[in-house]
Amino acid sequence: MMKTIVPVLFMIFFFSARAQVVEVCPTCEISSIQQAVDMAANGDTIRIKAGTYKENEITIIDKSLYLIGEDYPVIDAQMKGTALTIRAEDFSVEGLKIINIGTSHTSDHAAILVSGSKNFRIERNRLENIFFGILVEKSSNGVISRNRISSKAVSQAKSGNGIHMWNCKDLTVDNNTVKGVRDGIYLEFSENCTISENLCEANLRYGLHFMFADHNKYLDNTFDNNGAGVAVMYSKFIEMRRNLFRKNWGPASYGLLLKEINDAELQNNIFEDNTIAISADNTNRINYINNEFRGNGYAVRIRGACYKNVFSENNFISNSFDVSYTGNINENEFRRNYWSEYTGYDLNKDGTGDVPYRPVKLFSYLVNRTPEAIILLRSMFIGLLDFSEKVSPVFTPAELTDDYPQMKKIKW
Amino acid sequence: MNVIIMIVPLIGTIFGVMYYYNSREFTQLLLAQPVKRSSIFLGQYFGVAISLSLSLILGLGIPFAAYGLFKSPAIWDFTMLLITGLFLTLIFSALAFNIALSNENKIKGFGYAILLWLFLAVIYDGIFLLFLVYFQDYPLDKFSLAASMFNPIDLSRILILLKLDISALLSYTGAVFKQFFGTPLGTLASIGMLVVWVILPLYRLKKVVGKKDF
Repeated sequence: MMKTIVPVLFMIFFFSARAQVVEVCPTCEISSIQQAVDMAANGDTIRIKAGTYKENEITIIDKSLYLIGEDYPVIDAQMKGTALTIRAEDFSVEGLKIINIGTSHTSDHAAILVSGSKNFRIERNRLENIFFGILVEKSSNGVISRNRISSKAVSQAKSGNGIHMWNCKDLTVDNNTVKGVRDGIYLEFSENCTISENLCEANLRYGLHFMFADHNKYLDNTFDNNGAGVAVMYSKFIEMRRNLFRKNWGPASYGLLLKEINDAELQNNIFEDNTIAISADNTNRINYINNEFRGNGYAVRIRGACYKNVFSENNFISNSFDVSYTGNINENEFRRNYWSEYTGYDLNKDGTGDVPYRPVKLFSYLVNRTPEAIILLRSMFIGLLDFSEKVSPVFTPAELTDDYPQMKKIKW
Repeated sequence: MNVIIMIVPLIGTIFGVMYYYNSREFTQLLLAQPVKRSSIFLGQYFGVAISLSLSLILGLGIPFAAYGLFKSPAIWDFTMLLITGLFLTLIFSALAFNIALSNENKIKGFGYAILLWLFLAVIYDGIFLLFLVYFQDYPLDKFSLAASMFNPIDLSRILILLKLDISALLSYTGAVFKQFFGTPLGTLASIGMLVVWVILPLYRLKKVVGKKDF
């Protein structure tokens, strides 16, 4: 008796301990992904061969599986519901191409929905013609990397977000490309996430959007030609470094929109050709260091209720308006910046101009009050006005000066 | 750009007035000959205007061409700059001839001409701005469109701005202007307006010359 049981037990042990590989292809015995998922055991790998799988609502619950697509098998959700729903720990989704996610006004259909999960990787997937791309909720410790997401969003109400994170922790989102959705990457109530080296372009609303998401950082990203590059709203302790904000322009376009932000850090970012590079509304204790503003309509627009913001060692190069300012000085500071419009001199050659620079022009104040006055931009009369205001400030805050304007472009 | 907007009209006005007054005696001599009056005066006008335009085109064109303009994508912006410059020369020398014709007194003529330039270049914008500030509670975009159409200097400034500084103008209020001036129709309308600005003074010139006693 024992002689037969031991090997059987041994075999059962052997097979369950070693992860199996389940193969799926359109002509195989297992021809649907859901079938494969149902058959697979914890820790198994599912290899999906090239082909088209017309499936939706593939559900993985409490199974740690590794889905690997070979040569980008296509999962066509045929505009019906979510393609792939996962609630598990330790899983990965790799190399799939998911297309045709239908729009809905009542539920958020996504290409990949991850809910209540931990320790996962979503890599190298291509999502096309989608509503929501990767929707992650109540999850932690995940990596979303090298995915390509694109869609053709037309109106804000009828489109979803590329990578949407709600109530998440410790996620890493890197090297993704998101194009033509509503918000490229969206974080809400999420903490400790790192968004790096992504490219968000031609999105309808924002390239990257934070809502009530504290302690996050985004680094080395490119935001090109979005409704607004990045919107950071109602969040604290956000780190923004080495990002490029380009060509976010249009009637209401911003490079970076800050609203009710505290204690953030902006460093080494480049703002190029935006209508408004930074619009700051109700922001406190933000350090802007070593950023470059080049060829924007407004470089920095400070609306009301901003306290203790520090701009130091930034380059302001050929912007129509360097700074537009509403309200009192409120302990905001500008110091040691380079201003291409600075006309002062440096007698002792220490690299710092001897005359303080006033970044706020009377005209920008006028335009704030009477927006139509923008039509007089660059007229000689406005030049005269700006000059007289520079000599004796009446309307613009007199203390708002850069007392140590740099003579040369700052390098970092 | 300020060269085009400020200096070109100024030179057009000053040279127009100066030329007329300097050649007055010669003109009177010519009038004694069997030549049509309109061809004398229009000839004088075009003589001044065309030579000024040529000097503008060559003066701006040669340095830019040497700078490698033909290879750069900025060539269309530059063409726009030249076209507006040309129109401004034509408009302001025509206005100058009108002023000179109506004033026998040289000093008065010069005074009016410079005043006209000052008015269109600076004072007009000041009044315009005052209007905008006083009536800021009302929708002003249509008004400011119209007001900028009526001043050739403003009009050319905006045409050039739309080529150069587009991003600030594009902010939400600028959208109206962009929608108007940015479209082919708007460009046509504004160039049409510039043409009207050339034709009206010329028409008056012709009429006054036909009746005037010398």
